[in-house]
Amino acid sequence: MYRYIVNRLLLVVPTLVGAAVLVFAMMRLIPGDICVVRLGSGGGTFDEAAVTACHIELGLNHPIWRQFFDFVWGFFHFDFGTSMWTGKPVSFEIMQRLPISLEIAILATVVALLLAVPLGTISALKQNSWIDLVVRTVAIAGIATPSFWLGILSILLVLNLSQAVFGSPWMPPITYVPIWQDPIRNLSMAFLPAVTVGYRYSAIVMRMTRSAMLEVLREDYIRTAWAKGLVHRIVINRHALKNALLPVVTLAGIEFAFLIGGLVVTEQVFNLNGIGRLFVQAVQNQDYTLTQALVMLAVAVFVLTNLVVDLAYAWLDPRIRFA
Amino acid sequence: MAATDTVLSPSAVELLQTRRSIGARILDFCRHQPLGAIGLAIVLVILFAGLSEQWIAPYSPTANDFAAMTQPPSWAHWLGTDEFGRDVLSRIIYGARTALIIGFSCAIVGGFAGLVLGVASAYFGGRIDLLIQRVLDVLMAFPLIIMALAVVSIFGTGVHNVIIAITIPLFPRCARVVRSSALAIREVPYVDAARACGFSHARIILRHMVPNVMAPFLILLTAFVGQAILAEAALSYLGLGVQEPVPAWGLMLQGGAEEYATTAPWIAVFPGLAIALTVFGFSIFGDALRDVLDPKMRNR
Repeated sequence: MYRYIVNRLLLVVPTLVGAAVLVFAMMRLIPGDICVVRLGSGGGTFDEAAVTACHIELGLNHPIWRQFFDFVWGFFHFDFGTSMWTGKPVSFEIMQRLPISLEIAILATVVALLLAVPLGTISALKQNSWIDLVVRTVAIAGIATPSFWLGILSILLVLNLSQAVFGSPWMPPITYVPIWQDPIRNLSMAFLPAVTVGYRYSAIVMRMTRSAMLEVLREDYIRTAWAKGLVHRIVINRHALKNALLPVVTLAGIEFAFLIGGLVVTEQVFNLNGIGRLFVQAVQNQDYTLTQALVMLAVAVFVLTNLVVDLAYAWLDPRIRFA
Repeated sequence: MAATDTVLSPSAVELLQTRRSIGARILDFCRHQPLGAIGLAIVLVILFAGLSEQWIAPYSPTANDFAAMTQPPSWAHWLGTDEFGRDVLSRIIYGARTALIIGFSCAIVGGFAGLVLGVASAYFGGRIDLLIQRVLDVLMAFPLIIMALAVVSIFGTGVHNVIIAITIPLFPRCARVVRSSALAIREVPYVDAARACGFSHARIILRHMVPNVMAPFLILLTAFVGQAILAEAALSYLGLGVQEPVPAWGLMLQGGAEEYATTAPWIAVFPGLAIALTVFGFSIFGDALRDVLDPKMRNR
């Protein structure tokens, strides 16, 4: 197991360094001088001194190897420099927006697992029945439906329902209040985005649950369990589902890391000031320091989540660590 | 010229009799894969709309009619009009072309780049394979929409840049899947025989290995079209994809669709439905194709 952990950790380092090189290079691929592009984007005039000041502020007056070293060093110290758009430290901007995105991501995961595991299991148990067909169709529809459109439809539904029931339209609040301060206000704000993101997430996990269950149900030990005369519930819950959940947990972990992609558009629909919206604003405002930091952060979250999932999988399944 | 009689051997006659026409094969596919047949029908309808939009669209997608703004669906405007009086149905039909151009361009370019890279990685093996796989690890660590947004921030918006932005994150995914299939093919005797004959690496990869990984590749391709259409819609919705006046489904959901959601819901409902139906069609067609081409995956 220790050897597996060391091997897996060694694989993380080149991936993170490679991602850092790519992100660093991408921001320097922008045609022309990054400062000239930024200063000229408003249409106003600027002098050479402003460009020089911008170069010094961004550290672009240093040689390229020094710039890269500063970027990587800053990343490990959570010091990404100053936002070109707001003028505040990038780490401050990220920390301001992180709680809401994290909360929606966790709630979306809960929604996804609550939907996916029971439905995927039923679908596998009733293979090729009308229930299976409906679950599979719902799952594919979840993958096919754009989350931002689902968000617009859910807002529309809430508005019309509240108009019909209470006589006046109600909209979920858009300002973030921590859950420990006002749980009802917090959850009424986070619920719709979580369901919107969670539906797509659940569709992917549902397909995996069904597939894993079908595979496990054909195993010899399940046939033995049936032959022993065990009751249906015990065969399914204790013998089949427990083993089928291994790949499901792996996929759920990987998808959690990809949630930032879903949050980018969903936060825009619900007007939430999270990390996803910050990213879009950074791109729209040509804030390269912020864009660079957020891309690197998304990659780091993905790589580290994958590492944790892989280690957990190896710990749960001896076939992996002894392979 | 005198007609020549061709005499076929009994085995050839038998082979010809067992070969069925394309029509019979399609019918067989529809009978055994009803969901896939629905997917195929949706894909064909969208293809028809995208290829013949100038003949079937009732109005110009950019023609404003300020006397008919936010009109509900009627005989004159089947799916209503938007906040500028533009016909929603016509914009959806024209938007199909944009979606298909971006979807197929990204899938084909990204798919073929991934195909060659994945097969080459498996064929050469050793250090080259290790290096390519580590580079793919790096590229695959970027969530699709994050990578696309980062690329858009460099190259800017517009159809061509959106195609580049979506293709870059797609090709490593294809390369990874194709490599796993190609690894098995690398060991088969005909590849050894091709090596022994002294064929070049390019010839062995392109003529002998690539045709044998076509099944997983075609399945991936259908999935990529759907993913690219979804990514384009998301980018356009965020204002960082296709720009006005080009009609695009994601763009139709931006601005007016949200602003008039309560008074004119058709502006938001129908373009989203077009995206969902198209991606749904490609997904179930891809699933059925996988079942047909890979019998091991049947019933999964």
